[in-house]
Amino acid sequence: MRAFTYERAKDAASAARIVAGRPGAKFIAGGTNLLDLMKIEVETPTHLVDLQDLEFDKITPIAGGGLRIGALVSNTDLAADARVRRDYGVLTRAIVAGASGQLRNKASTAGNLLQRTRCSYFYDTNMPCNKRKPGSGCAAIGGYSRQLGVIGVSDKCIATFPGDMAVAMRLLDAVIETVDGDGASRAIPIADFYRLWGDTPEQDTVLKPGELITAVTLPKPLGGKHFYEKVRDRASYAFALVSVAAVIQPDGNGRVAFGGVAPRPWRIEAAEALLPRGAAAVTARAFQGATPTKDNAFKLPLATRALASVLAEAKA
Amino acid sequence: MKFDKPAGKTPIDQLKVVGRAHSRVEGQLKATGTARYAAEHHEVAPDVAHGYILGAAIGKGQIERIDTAAALAAPGVHAVVTHENSGPIGIGEFYAQRILAGPMVDHYHQAVAVVVADTFEQARAAAGLIRVTYGRDDEGQFDLAAQKPSTPIAPDEPFGGSTNQRIGDFEATFAKAPVKVDQTYTVPDQAHAMMEPHATIARWDGDQLTCWTAIQAMNWGCRDLGLIIGTPKEKIRLHSAFIGGGFGGKGTTQSDLALAAIAARVSGRAVKVVLHRPLMFNNTIHRPKTIQRIRLGAREDGRLVAIGHDSWSGNLRGGRTEPCTLPTQLMYAGENRLLRRYLATLDLAEGSAMRAPGEAPGMMALEIAMDELAEKLGMDPVELRIANDTQVDPSKPERRFSTRPFVQCLQEGAERFGWQSRIAKPGGRREGKWLVGMGMAGAIRGAPIMSAGARVRLGTDGRIIVETDMTDIGQGSYTIVAQTAAEMMGVPLDSVTAKLGDSTFPETPGSGGQAGAASATAAVYAACAKLRGMVAQRVGFNEADVAFADGRVMSGGRSVPLVDAAKEGEIVAEDAMEFGDLAKQYAQQTVGAHFAEVAVDAYTGAIRIRRMLAVCGAGRILNPTTARSQVIGGMTMGIGAALMEEMTVDTRFGFFVNHDLAGYEVPVHADVPHLEAHFINEVDATMSPLKAKGVGELGLSGVAPAIANAVYNATGVRVRSYPITLDKHLEKLPAVA
Ligand SMILES: Cc1cc2nc3c(=O)[nH]c(=O)nc-3n(C[C@H](O)[C@H](O)[C@H](O)COP(=O)(O)OP(=O)(O)OC[C@H]3O[C@@H](n4cnc5c(N)ncnc54)[C@H](O)[C@@H]3O)c2cc1C
Ligand code: SF4
Repeated sequence: MRAFTYERAKDAASAARIVAGRPGAKFIAGGTNLLDLMKIEVETPTHLVDLQDLEFDKITPIAGGGLRIGALVSNTDLAADARVRRDYGVLTRAIVAGASGQLRNKASTAGNLLQRTRCSYFYDTNMPCNKRKPGSGCAAIGGYSRQLGVIGVSDKCIATFPGDMAVAMRLLDAVIETVDGDGASRAIPIADFYRLWGDTPEQDTVLKPGELITAVTLPKPLGGKHFYEKVRDRASYAFALVSVAAVIQPDGNGRVAFGGVAPRPWRIEAAEALLPRGAAAVTARAFQGATPTKDNAFKLPLATRALASVLAEAKA
Repeated sequence: MKFDKPAGKTPIDQLKVVGRAHSRVEGQLKATGTARYAAEHHEVAPDVAHGYILGAAIGKGQIERIDTAAALAAPGVHAVVTHENSGPIGIGEFYAQRILAGPMVDHYHQAVAVVVADTFEQARAAAGLIRVTYGRDDEGQFDLAAQKPSTPIAPDEPFGGSTNQRIGDFEATFAKAPVKVDQTYTVPDQAHAMMEPHATIARWDGDQLTCWTAIQAMNWGCRDLGLIIGTPKEKIRLHSAFIGGGFGGKGTTQSDLALAAIAARVSGRAVKVVLHRPLMFNNTIHRPKTIQRIRLGAREDGRLVAIGHDSWSGNLRGGRTEPCTLPTQLMYAGENRLLRRYLATLDLAEGSAMRAPGEAPGMMALEIAMDELAEKLGMDPVELRIANDTQVDPSKPERRFSTRPFVQCLQEGAERFGWQSRIAKPGGRREGKWLVGMGMAGAIRGAPIMSAGARVRLGTDGRIIVETDMTDIGQGSYTIVAQTAAEMMGVPLDSVTAKLGDSTFPETPGSGGQAGAASATAAVYAACAKLRGMVAQRVGFNEADVAFADGRVMSGGRSVPLVDAAKEGEIVAEDAMEFGDLAKQYAQQTVGAHFAEVAVDAYTGAIRIRRMLAVCGAGRILNPTTARSQVIGGMTMGIGAALMEEMTVDTRFGFFVNHDLAGYEVPVHADVPHLEAHFINEVDATMSPLKAKGVGELGLSGVAPAIANAVYNATGVRVRSYPITLDKHLEKLPAVA
């Protein structure tokens, strides 16, 4: 870990201004991802702006139905909120499928969206990794890639976005609200929030330097049955090999998004339209053009089978 | 005291304290955080400096240049130790690894430098400023499968029996056998992954070195540390009163201990070194990967006529094999046998002892092969094992097992588990989306016992203090040592204090090879026997017919309080138990049977254990509570070995890639259902006056294959490479979409 300076933000606008104006500055929320990465010098910020005093810890209804979730609402509180449990069950399920109780108490909504990949080579500073050190190469290509992406990846990086909460939020068409260093705010649909790696895997999202997430909004509830099927090597406390978030309506239509397979929660609306024709039809379309490695090719049949499981349960 | 013929009746047989369930005597210290572990001895060196190890960034090669200027100039830094200023460094006796790289780098994360600074953070930050230029004159070998065709049979080794055992005519008998299995199985590199990292505080007082560390075998620790740093063993004192798990990974001196001692010598400060988690995977030892070919030839009635077991593993130059053929030497009858171990040179971190070395991975192969044979024969797997039981060492039929209740374990296990409800045809039981299966495997693990010493004190307050260098890595040594002394001296358990883990105490083999419990309690027996004699003398009783009970000493009609013997001052007795050749006359082993029921998600292939049972024959059970805890801990480790644990080798860069607890998954609570452990009621008088054996490693032997066989019974898909992750059978499961 490198030495750094630290301050506590007083308000969102000044926090964004400070971080935007100072190279090497970063926000810190729960710190559950950032501090781990700082200890092994994958992240080396010189200045931390702590967001914990900001009043972004509420979940409030929005006009016309829907909820605004403050950026600092903890994963535990978000998953436990009665309105979320009733109207957005897929979100509660996704959150509680992630990490552990202790981590979810600390983890914030914004921090969760911005958690970095879990590629093993990204975590080892002796290894080439374009995401950690642009231009150094990608050790995972031709290496250990069982956990990594099968679609939307590039020849510069094959990592995944590893999280669960965002998969449910993508399904729900959440919108991410931000304020930047100049005080301008914007609303970014989650579909546009995560980048595909292309030639610049070092940049995970479309956020500009210093752009602060203030809230995430959920549009009005979808109804239907909610599922989050997370497949992993052990029963708890592990990242997804593949996860399936789904909302299935009584007529068999619905929405589906996949986690653990791509640089972003993977939802293809054209594939979703095929839900009434069954899992294989959906995944054939959703994973068209997939480029798996030998180690992770199993994720394609696994995605189909996990979705089939959800569809069978939806019918039951 | 000499133990050279089977024990008759001994004071232990009263079983007032021994053999009874007691929770750990040090449990409260642990539960309240007041048991202090190696890195927590703040009082011994209030101005301790912190050493941070920088591991090599390459798998094999040499250090061409190492620039420490920036690190030395960093705030708080006192010294940077590298091969250029460390002084000569030797190699210990047990491990082959070199503790410090330079100029050659033998494996990834081998230490190249230790930075010593006022704080841990300063040392860690400064380590990041060291610039090392590496050369790759030797690219290294990291791939066991690639090496296998050219790998020779290993030379004979001090552990694990013969590397090349040939009995009868294996080839001819196997070729003619009416029913055959010939399959190859792989067990990956595995990590001990114990909770407490390797940690040491080292302090020099003149030429005397004292270290607070975590070492399972204290006197091996002193010996190996002495050899590595060039200091006479007598000038070294180690303390390991509490150890947060070891599983063999803290057997003897590793880099934390050796480099803390060297860094303290170079810097003139007391130094604390704690390995960070990734160093535990690539810097220290692990269980090496094995590729194992098993050939079984049987008659139609299931009797084995030919047993072949070939096992390949790799290691650093000077390292040993993983002795997978060890259990096969004794597990089943069969006149024709060929058991061979091959050793490749690999440039990965050293492979060495991990819980049940040999037996754990060897049985992972052998016991799947037995399941495959049972299926070919159309025979029940339990019956097949019963049919092949042996009561003698197959290589020396005149050498009987001292006790071997294997058939009893199998029968009782089958009964208790409800084995008869298993559907033999794989894939035959479906509950909703779950494919349900049952499997079993046999278990065997040697019951070594080694000479060991102890000192016992009777205080003027009537309390008993036991001192021995035995360690407690969580298995319950404190408790059984105290129980033994309480039984011998006729006092309640809470009148005894056991003091362990100090290298100045009388020597034992420590915690390893499941020899600790039997050996250390035998030592305590010997010392207590001597103390009883001294007590009898003091109170003027005839030594020959004195009894100790209820805090009193009795002889004839007379009885005095035990404390009276120490009226004039503390009485101290020290003795060691030495063993004759009973271990040569008898095959001393522990045996067992494991049963598992698993459910496999028919859609995703995910495997979840439903319930497991172990039935163990391990001599007298000294304490059912701690013994059970040992066995269910072993079963938990077996779940990991069966379903998830694998250190993945990157054969290009030459290292274990998933080198932390996020990447190397071990079972979490949700993976571990109800586990039951049952013990056969037996004693083994050939072992010691306690008539006891160890049980900690038996609890692991045979667990993983029982699970593997249950998965096969559930799905009908045989997976022969561990761990059995869902991707290995997914596409062979019934279609669902
Ligand atoms: C052992 C372990 C297991 C885990 N398992 C899972 C799992 O199974 N599934 C899963 O989904 N997740 C898992 N996680 C990840 C966990 O969910 C994240 O660490 C957590 O959500 C991050 O939130 P935080 O508030 O602590 O973020 P921090 O660590 O504080 O920050 C993360 C990043 O977000 C930035 N940031 C924070 N807040 C803002 C803001 N308001 N605006 C702009 N930038 C901001 C920070 O600068 C930083 O770059 C696991 C983590 C650990 C340590
Ligand atoms: S996959 Fe991406 S994160 Fe992993 S090594 Fe390659 S560039 Fe780095």
